[in-house]
Amino acid sequence: MDFFFEVLVGGLLAGVMYSMVAIGFVLVHKASGVFNFAQGAMVLFAALTFVSLVERGWPFAAALLATLVAMVGVAVAVGRGVLRPLAARPPIVLFMATLGLSFVLEGLAQWLWGAQVHALDLGIEDTPLDMGGLLVSRFDLVAAGVAAALVAVLSWGFHRTRAGLALRAVADDPLAALAVGIDLERVGRWVWSAAGAVALVAGLLWGARTGVQFSLSLIVLKALPVLIIGGFSSVAGALAGGLLVGASEKLAEVYAGPLLGGGIENWFPYVLALLCLCWRPQGLFGEPRVQRI
Amino acid sequence: MTTTFDVAADWTAASQARPWRAPAGAVPWAWGLGALLAFGLVPALGSDYVFSAVLVPWLVLSLAGVGQNLLTGCAGQLSVGSAAFMCVGAFASYNLLLRVPGLPLPAALALGGAITALFGALVGLPSLRVRGFYLIAATLAAQFFVPWVFVRFGWFSNFDASGVISAPPLRVAGQDLSHPAGRYLLTLTTTAVLTLAAGALVRGPLGRQWQAVRDMETAAAVMGLPVAAAKLSAFAASSFVLGVAGALWAFAYVGTVEPHGFDLARSFQVLFIVILGGLGSIAGPFLGAAFMVLLPIALSNLAGAGPAGWIDAGNLPNAEKIVVGTLIIVFLVREPDGLWKLVQTGARRCRRWPLRP
Repeated sequence: MDFFFEVLVGGLLAGVMYSMVAIGFVLVHKASGVFNFAQGAMVLFAALTFVSLVERGWPFAAALLATLVAMVGVAVAVGRGVLRPLAARPPIVLFMATLGLSFVLEGLAQWLWGAQVHALDLGIEDTPLDMGGLLVSRFDLVAAGVAAALVAVLSWGFHRTRAGLALRAVADDPLAALAVGIDLERVGRWVWSAAGAVALVAGLLWGARTGVQFSLSLIVLKALPVLIIGGFSSVAGALAGGLLVGASEKLAEVYAGPLLGGGIENWFPYVLALLCLCWRPQGLFGEPRVQRI
Repeated sequence: MTTTFDVAADWTAASQARPWRAPAGAVPWAWGLGALLAFGLVPALGSDYVFSAVLVPWLVLSLAGVGQNLLTGCAGQLSVGSAAFMCVGAFASYNLLLRVPGLPLPAALALGGAITALFGALVGLPSLRVRGFYLIAATLAAQFFVPWVFVRFGWFSNFDASGVISAPPLRVAGQDLSHPAGRYLLTLTTTAVLTLAAGALVRGPLGRQWQAVRDMETAAAVMGLPVAAAKLSAFAASSFVLGVAGALWAFAYVGTVEPHGFDLARSFQVLFIVILGGLGSIAGPFLGAAFMVLLPIALSNLAGAGPAGWIDAGNLPNAEKIVVGTLIIVFLVREPDGLWKLVQTGARRCRRWPLRP
């Protein structure tokens, strides 16, 4: 039974890492209805920029600040180059544009900083911690703490600040928000900047774990089932979905994997997501959409 | 609500304006000349390099683009799993040729396509319940599941250690088509037949149903169109074409292929071909595929032409990504109908040139 709980806790903590990426999606989707496939590329871009600056002798804080500025720059460029010209186009077109954006960001990041694997040391030692008989990774615990803090800050921002109010207004009805004088483009810049900051945090944690390399861009594929299960527009849902996917994926790999021959981690979350969709098409925490003709 | 009105107006206007007509500007002798050129002159003049590295991949990718376009461009169902369908087609045709003695190659291609169509309809089932982005999950599930199955169960690859399949001898009606020109002719014939069939399908009643579902699903349902049947038939038709394209990719282009040769990057490539070429047009994918095949060649020539080292050879894939990604965005913004629309506009300007610049 101890083994079961160890797998479960390991899976839950891995799920927190998926949630970190998923939260970036939710932010953008909540405020602009855009399904941002480029979130993974933003994680890669942020982590690669940060680690390359540190390797060039920048102090930690300066590199962090410079990367944040770069992500805000990306947000402004996206607002001008993609969102404004494509305003009022079908969501599917915007999704395809973010596919193009992810290609641009991946190519740019690797052109600027090279394609080799960079090691990233955040100064958190990865030693197992004995908690009442269960062995838990210290690093994973820190990651979980960071994720919890991130969710807390974001939901405080959404519900307690004027910016958050504007954001929720835009998410609810862009035309009405425009009518009461909310600057849609400014809200877009905020949200994309926030998504860039979340991408940086996710990139640092993932990069410290796996090394900063191209595969960071592919965690977008891990975040997708998380989103579908949690719903596209709920920060708490992203967290819950991440935990669910992480735990069930690890349990399935350990218990069902040997029966099926292993390697099922890649597609299992998607099958889980599909089952969820058949039951609740809008995700566990999403709101059903009503369409008018 | 103005958009709704426009869509409905567009739709009726389109069906009144183009009832059962050949593509604008096409004249019978031009088609005959083109066919003569493609089937007669090119095989006689082309070099092996041109066949193997340019023409065959171009035709196969164009065919895959036509398949993807039936689903995404015409029926409005976004799929990022086209490589999975190509994979199923390749392995189905391979196993049919391996296990059914005396089965002719065209029949194996067609049956492989039919098996892929069944698989595609299965993958399309969630589309009855979910829309838009959520559908990506279903196609991605197929994208990750299919290669896993083919690697995991050795039967599919005739128990090859790493799941690799090799092209069977390509013989049609006693003719050996294994040389580059023969593989070109096989690909060209298949692509031509399937493209004409796809065009007929899109202009027919089924295509109209697909477009109605694409433009506004709820309205189509209210009008009494069979939405579920339209969606599933779009998935099946698209998968049929993609399956045949996958078999051609394996047999006529690369020769030996492993399941992971059909990965997500291939799916994106096919999707980009459709976006660049023109969503919803039959000729568009041919232009998009030509661009995708020629871009790497053009970029490496460009890198070689400038001062030494101005584009590092290692950065060529990155340059390609940046160019493709930027063009996707530019086309979506400026010309959502893609290269095909640009060609049409250019041709019209040329015809009117002295009168109106």
